[in-house]
Amino acid sequence: MTMTDPQAVTQPVERVNATTRLKWLRDMMLIREFELRTMQAYQEAKIGGFCHVYIGQEACAVGCIAATNPDDPVITAYRDHGHALARGMESRYAMAEMFGRVGGCAKGKGGSMHLFDKRTHFYGGHAIVGGQNPLGIGLAFATKYENEVLGEGRKRITLCFLGDGALNQGALHEAMNLATVLELPCIFVLENNRYSMGTAIERGTSMAHDLSVKAAAYGMPYYQADGMDVCAVYNTMKRAVDRARTEQFPAFAEIKTYRFKGHSMSDPQKYRSKDEVSEYEDNDPIRQLASVLTKSGDLNDKAFKAMSQSVRDEVRDAIKWAEQSPEPDPSVDLYGDVVTEPFGEYGSTSLPEMCDHEPGDLPADE
Amino acid sequence: MAVASRQIQYREALREAMSEEMRRDKRVFLMGEEVAQYQGAYKVSQGMLEEFGDKRVIDTPISENGFAGLGIGAAMMGLRPIIEFMSWSFSLVAADQILNNAPKMLYMSGGQFACPIVFRGNDGAGGQLGSTHSWTVEGLFANVPGLRIAIPSTPYDAKGLLKTAIRCNDPVFFLESERMLGNKGPVPEEEYLIPFGVADIKRTGKDCTLVSFGRPVHFCLEAAEKLAEEGIECEVIDGRTIRPLDIDTIVESVKKTNYCVVVDQSWPFGSVASEVATQVYERAMDYLDNRVFRVCSDDVPAPYSKVLEQAMLPNPGKIIKAVKQAMYLE
Repeated sequence: MTMTDPQAVTQPVERVNATTRLKWLRDMMLIREFELRTMQAYQEAKIGGFCHVYIGQEACAVGCIAATNPDDPVITAYRDHGHALARGMESRYAMAEMFGRVGGCAKGKGGSMHLFDKRTHFYGGHAIVGGQNPLGIGLAFATKYENEVLGEGRKRITLCFLGDGALNQGALHEAMNLATVLELPCIFVLENNRYSMGTAIERGTSMAHDLSVKAAAYGMPYYQADGMDVCAVYNTMKRAVDRARTEQFPAFAEIKTYRFKGHSMSDPQKYRSKDEVSEYEDNDPIRQLASVLTKSGDLNDKAFKAMSQSVRDEVRDAIKWAEQSPEPDPSVDLYGDVVTEPFGEYGSTSLPEMCDHEPGDLPADE
Repeated sequence: MAVASRQIQYREALREAMSEEMRRDKRVFLMGEEVAQYQGAYKVSQGMLEEFGDKRVIDTPISENGFAGLGIGAAMMGLRPIIEFMSWSFSLVAADQILNNAPKMLYMSGGQFACPIVFRGNDGAGGQLGSTHSWTVEGLFANVPGLRIAIPSTPYDAKGLLKTAIRCNDPVFFLESERMLGNKGPVPEEEYLIPFGVADIKRTGKDCTLVSFGRPVHFCLEAAEKLAEEGIECEVIDGRTIRPLDIDTIVESVKKTNYCVVVDQSWPFGSVASEVATQVYERAMDYLDNRVFRVCSDDVPAPYSKVLEQAMLPNPGKIIKAVKQAMYLE
């Protein structure tokens, strides 16, 4: 296996057709609108707990996930709204979850940091920094096992997103080491937004100026993309995904991005200057793509306005749906979903579909 | 329990359970340190690499946080991992994965993702291994909802409970004991499973109820033997699983004997023994003729010195004393 892919950084950007790019534009706009309304709902105390919005980073989730197949597992950390939506979770389920309602993707038991969607192979938002990485290699292990041992005949890859804060957690390093040793098709996607909460990356991470060494240390290919350009993200990730799928081997991709808002909803942002933020805001991934599509004649003002209106309508509908979804009933919901096979006080759980199989549905051991 | 002519070791019982379940269901695999080429650090998985191959019996580096999490991710996809910890003492570096992720995944995902995984390995003091290697984790982990804890004391129970654990759709912490791996006991040739939450009365008696889990069950039986010579008949209840706890069987016995001693190898503060005692008070207060007595490990880190270690752990002498105190005989 080669250490780093020398072509990964320098290969020219492929042409992506306008229809696809228009879809990406809408996907990013949906996330942006969703997050703006999330902030508003949080300020109105309709959403509780910790809440981390994805504004500024939309091109990461959209570009990366566009490079995958719909049945490739995706897992991420706590800033998870964008990934859930990009993966195809209906915005109403995500919003209702944050509202703590039974109509939420996790019936109001997970919250903002723990969104899950089995239908779209979205294996969650995980809120302990770095903790999703061992899980991510487990998803990759399972896809490989399904192919090689259970004979499912398809090669899948896993996208395991992490923030730059996770670079300093042991869990990531154990996961990367295991991924290489066991040859697991897991792509660690580093969304480097330069701040681990309020700690600038160079204050917390060794070799912050050249993170390719992290990949090299574990003998896996390194990719890098400008996270403000969704096409660049897609093109880089497409190469990474295709190669990981074919070779069934891990990779490490660094997407250079920036969050426009604070770490969470209660962040006075003393650790960075307003000038720095506005400099990045000038590179807004949504505005950039809209501008390119306008210049090429693939998007006009009327179409852009219609797109804006359609995402506003969708999110407004999500809010309305969340508000109308009932609060959980403690007498029914509190003790449900603790265990699949009820005992003692635990009850009223239906067996998840994933467990609904018998050993007999597989060919017997030869 | 059916009478079986065949006697096998505790470790062999564990191996049989895993092998049978791996033959039965291809989704089951074994992963851990030295489980494959080394044939198991304690020879539990001896021969399994040869039978099942390296895609299903998988060596890992010393990386508990990594491979425990790997197992959980695989379980979320519907595989059925058996993750071996050489010692449960080493599971502490994987605390985030085994406590935060495995037992909460079903709840956090609103029932979308279960976690059918077994973590198994040696629990409790080995022999002079000192503080870091002598953990009895049941006291710590029993506090967490969403997981099950099985802690067998005999080869028969080890096999039947492990097969149930592997088929369980929820995470199971399976606590074995290095000190019991060589113990032999009757295990029938034919297949059987032991349900969770069903205690086993290992000795019947009318005078005092002894409740225990795992290795100290044997200390209870030894103590009961000696007490019988003095005319005191103890009923020895082996809980077999801590979560679920078969409190009904315990309460039934206490209603008969009116005395209760709980023997638990974890530390006393917030222990399994504390929980059993509390539940006995909640359910059978009026039947008790004295308070519930606890025999736990002493509330100190596990020492290295043989003399000190023996002084710290539960033993038959301490149990005999507690029974006599409970029955106002001392």
